[in-house]
Parts: sequence; structure tokens; C-alpha cells
Amino acid sequence: MMDLAIYKRRKTKNIIGLFLSNFAMLLGIAALLSILFVLFYNGFAAIDFNFFVNSTPAAGSPNGGLANAIIGSLMIVGITTLLSTPAGILAGIYLSEYSGGNIFGSITRFISDIMLSAPSIVIGLFVYAVYVSKVRHYSGYAGAFALSLIAIPVILRTTENMLRLIPVQLREAAFALGAPKWKVSINIVLRAARNGVLTGLLLAIARVSGETAPLLFTALSNQYFTSSLNKPTANLPVVIYQFALSPYKNWISLAWGGALLITLTVLLLNIIARVFLKENKTA
Amino acid sequence: MKKDSREKVIAVQKIQDYLFHKITFFFASLVLLFLIGIIITLVIAALPTFKEFGFGFFISDDWDIVNKKFGILISVYGTLVTAFIALLIAVPISFGIAIFLTEICPPMLKRFLGTAIELLAAVPSIIYGMFGLFVFAPFYGSYIQPFLQSTIGKIPFVGVIVSGPMNGIGMLCAGIILSFMIIPFIASVMRDVIEIVPLVIKESAYGIGCTTWEVVTKIVIPYGKNGIIGGIMLGLGRALGETMAVTFVIGNAQKIKLSLFAPGASISSTLANQFGEAEPGLHYSSLFALGLGLFIITFVVLTAAKLMLRNMEKKEGVKS
Repeated sequence: MMDLAIYKRRKTKNIIGLFLSNFAMLLGIAALLSILFVLFYNGFAAIDFNFFVNSTPAAGSPNGGLANAIIGSLMIVGITTLLSTPAGILAGIYLSEYSGGNIFGSITRFISDIMLSAPSIVIGLFVYAVYVSKVRHYSGYAGAFALSLIAIPVILRTTENMLRLIPVQLREAAFALGAPKWKVSINIVLRAARNGVLTGLLLAIARVSGETAPLLFTALSNQYFTSSLNKPTANLPVVIYQFALSPYKNWISLAWGGALLITLTVLLLNIIARVFLKENKTA
Repeated sequence: MKKDSREKVIAVQKIQDYLFHKITFFFASLVLLFLIGIIITLVIAALPTFKEFGFGFFISDDWDIVNKKFGILISVYGTLVTAFIALLIAVPISFGIAIFLTEICPPMLKRFLGTAIELLAAVPSIIYGMFGLFVFAPFYGSYIQPFLQSTIGKIPFVGVIVSGPMNGIGMLCAGIILSFMIIPFIASVMRDVIEIVPLVIKESAYGIGCTTWEVVTKIVIPYGKNGIIGGIMLGLGRALGETMAVTFVIGNAQKIKLSLFAPGASISSTLANQFGEAEPGLHYSSLFALGLGLFIITFVVLTAAKLMLRNMEKKEGVKS
């Protein structure tokens, strides 16, 4: 009789525990779906032809779009990609091909793992202090510099991990043919791991596309279109931030439109990256 | 003749190899240089504040722009309280999600649901901020706050943490939004931890008649304790440094209030709000000092997280 009571209690405990786990999962999915629903509900209305061709409106004036911010964001993220891709990949090659077990390699690996999660607003402060305050004006280049500091650790770590997956035999085969190490690294190892490295790149681009905090003190924003990154440059995250906290209805609506655009871009990049990685694994 | 050209090729390749080695080394050392650069820059920019207030900066709860009196306590308090609330909510939920994905989920849905949770981490923080301010805060103000005040608020002494006006924003609201931002990070580490527990151990437990819940709480958790704590610390590190989501909903008031309904300020929200308007001088350097404080706090937390997770990786290595 006693045993039955214990058995029952254990079973109830199990059911309650598993029910709560299901509930937690439901909560997570509900959070994602409700964010997407709210974005589509509020953002879809704001996106029309004007949204893509007009610049941000002045305070209180109707209409307007986010053309300058979209172009600005594309330029800043583009420069970031150009700066951080070679730096991240070459550093990743060093860690995987040269560092072996040396202390410098372990420290670099450790630091870049920490930089992955370091507060991005502090990176903004740093770039402000070493660049913006020296040239005495905000600029798109400063924004790209700040974003690169965030992107490099992402690219570095994924590149390293992907290169390490390549079998040593492949390298040895190339060495046996007399190929120098730099050719083996680039033409054999890097090429064999290119899908994985590309995944890292896409994830890095996705990560920096939505970053707001480091751009606040660097690129700032600009009400007008500018083709020069040497001036304050309008960009989606900062415009969304400024417009969302404004009292004007059309500004808030534009902010929702921008939010929808940026979220869809970031999520799409993430999904593409995952597909790439999956193909790499099955290959 | 032929021998000469071969030696030439070898010589050229040797130079190329040397250069390639040095170039990759240079880029790898950039990461270190930037870390050192960040710390040195912040210290230099914060120097006037440290000179003016000395150690008092770290124990002062002043933040008076007009009279130029600054201290770090208000912002640190807001940062720690919001991050602590976030952990309190995120840890059990992440744990539930990790259990669901590893033990309950039908294999068909595993990939799909796992990706959905990971995408939650990809959503930019500013989107969480907007969602928090425009959608969650009104709901929280009209349902959750009255509920908390009519339940916890009735308990003597403890009730003070849910006292005050219910206007939707404040430290508790920021903590709740933060919790959903860090759930994916903690859940994904916990999931990895559960997955590296050797199947034999789990099967033995099932074999002697353990329920799924018992296997998870009595076998998996003790086995992966370090990894789980590491994952939680990683989430904490994220929560401490998060800027945009907090800035939208914390209320940005430079005060320390016991009530979690009251508006407050975190280090990052103070920076986001005030740095743009700060005049060069004490205010400006005090903001840098805040940034330095934040960087040091997160650095310590993340280092601890990394060390705990490294033990876990070692275990994984033994297994394979």
C-alpha cells in the first residue's frame, strides 16, 4: 500500500514537471510569434512605395520614408563587411593553422569569446573616444569601425571552428605535393570549409545589422540623404530608436516599418546561414 | 639551370610563407589590441572623474548634472536589479525549454522548434525595446501590476517592492523584457549540457525505473552542473550589458527606489540617454567611468562563465 502512494507521488511530480516544460516551450514560441505578429500588424501599413524612395520627414511634417536610412545602413554594413571579413578570416586561419597549443592562441580565443558577448554600447564609447572625438564629427566610418569590432570575433571564431573540422590528411596530402603552407591554408583548407565560413559571415552581418547602441555615439543619424560616410549617416537602427520615442504619429509608424524591415532581414540571414551549415554537414 | 629556378621558387615560397604567417598573426593580435585599447581609452577618459571623487565615485548615489556630483551606485543598482529579475524568470523557463527539446519533443519537430528559439536570440534588441514599450508595457500596467499589488503587495514588509503607481514601465518591466532576450542563450547552453550526458548513465536511471523528471533533476543536473551555471552566467553577462531594450522601458530616473514598479536607470540606459548631450567635463568623464564599470563587471561575469563552460567542453572531449 505504502509503495503505491510513493509511486503515485512520483508519477504526479513527473507529470507536473513535464507539463511545466511544455508550458515553458509554449511561452518561448508565443514570444517569438507575438513579436512577429506585432511587427507585421504595425509595420506592414507603413511600408509602401514612399517608404523606399523618400527621406526621413522633418518633425511634424507628414509623409516621408526611410530611403536615406536604408541606404545608410546598407553602406555602413557594407563597409563593416569589407573591413571585418579579411581580418576575421585571417585571424581564424592563424588560430586554427598556426597557433597549435600556444598561449597566445588560447588567450586570443578566450578574449574573442568574451568580446562576442561584451556590451556593445561600450564599443560605441571606445570608438567615440578614439575616433569621433579626434576628428570632431560623427561619421558613418566611425559606425562601420564600431560594428567591425563586433563582427570580427564572430567571424574569427566560426572560421576557426570550421577550419578545425577539416581532416589533417587533406593538409598532409597537399604538403606532400610540395605546396607551401599559405597555399594549403587558403586553397585547400579554407576552400574545403567555405560553406561554414560563409555561415559565420552571414551570422556576423545579421548580428551587426540590428545593432543600435554602438551607432548612437558614432554614426548618429542624419535627416537627409548623404552619399559620404564621412558625415553623420542616417541608419535604420538609430532612426527607429529616435522615431519610436517621438511624439509624432507618422514617425512612430515609420519606426514600425523600419523595425519590420530590419527584423525580416536579420531573421532571413539567420535562416540562410543555417541552411548553408546544414548542407556543409551533410556534404 | 633547372636547379637554380627550383631554388628560386623555394626561396619565394619561403618568403610568402613567412609573410602569411606574420599577417595572420597580426590580425589575430588585433583582438587583444582592441581589448587593451578599450580598457586604456576608457580609463584615460574617466580619469578626471576618479581624480575629482576618488573612491567615493564607487559608493556615491549622487547623479546630479547641475551641481556636478556623480556616483556609480544608482546605475549599478538598476543594472543588477534588472539583470537579477531577468535571471529569476529566464532560468526556469530556459530549463523547461531545454528539457522539452531534449527529452519530450518528437524528433520531427526538434529542428524546427530549436531554430525558432534560436531566432528569438537573433531579433535585434531595439525590436524588444519597441515591443516592450508599445505592446508589453500597457498589458503589464493594466493586468500584471494590479495582480502583483493585490497579492504580493498585501504581504507586510515584502509588499513595498510592488508599491507605487502602475504606469507600465519601470525596473520590473525592464527585467521581464530582458528575460526573454536571454532565454535563447541560456536554453541553448543547457540543451548542449543535457545532450552531452552519456546515454548509458541516463539509460541506467531509466532502467531502474526513474521517471523522466527524476532523470533530469537527479542525473542530468548534477552531471552538467558546471555547464548549467556557465550558461546562466553567460545569460547574466548579456543581461548586464543590454542597452536598447532596457532604455525603452526602464523609465530612466536617476533614483534608487525599493519598489520594482518605480522607474530607474541602468548603466547602459544612462549612457544611451545622456552621452549625446554631455558637455566635456565631469559629466562626460563620469559617463566613461560608468562604461568602464560596466565593461569590468561583464568581463568578470563572462570570464567566470567561460571557465565553467570550459570544464564542460573537457568532459565532452573525454566522451568522444
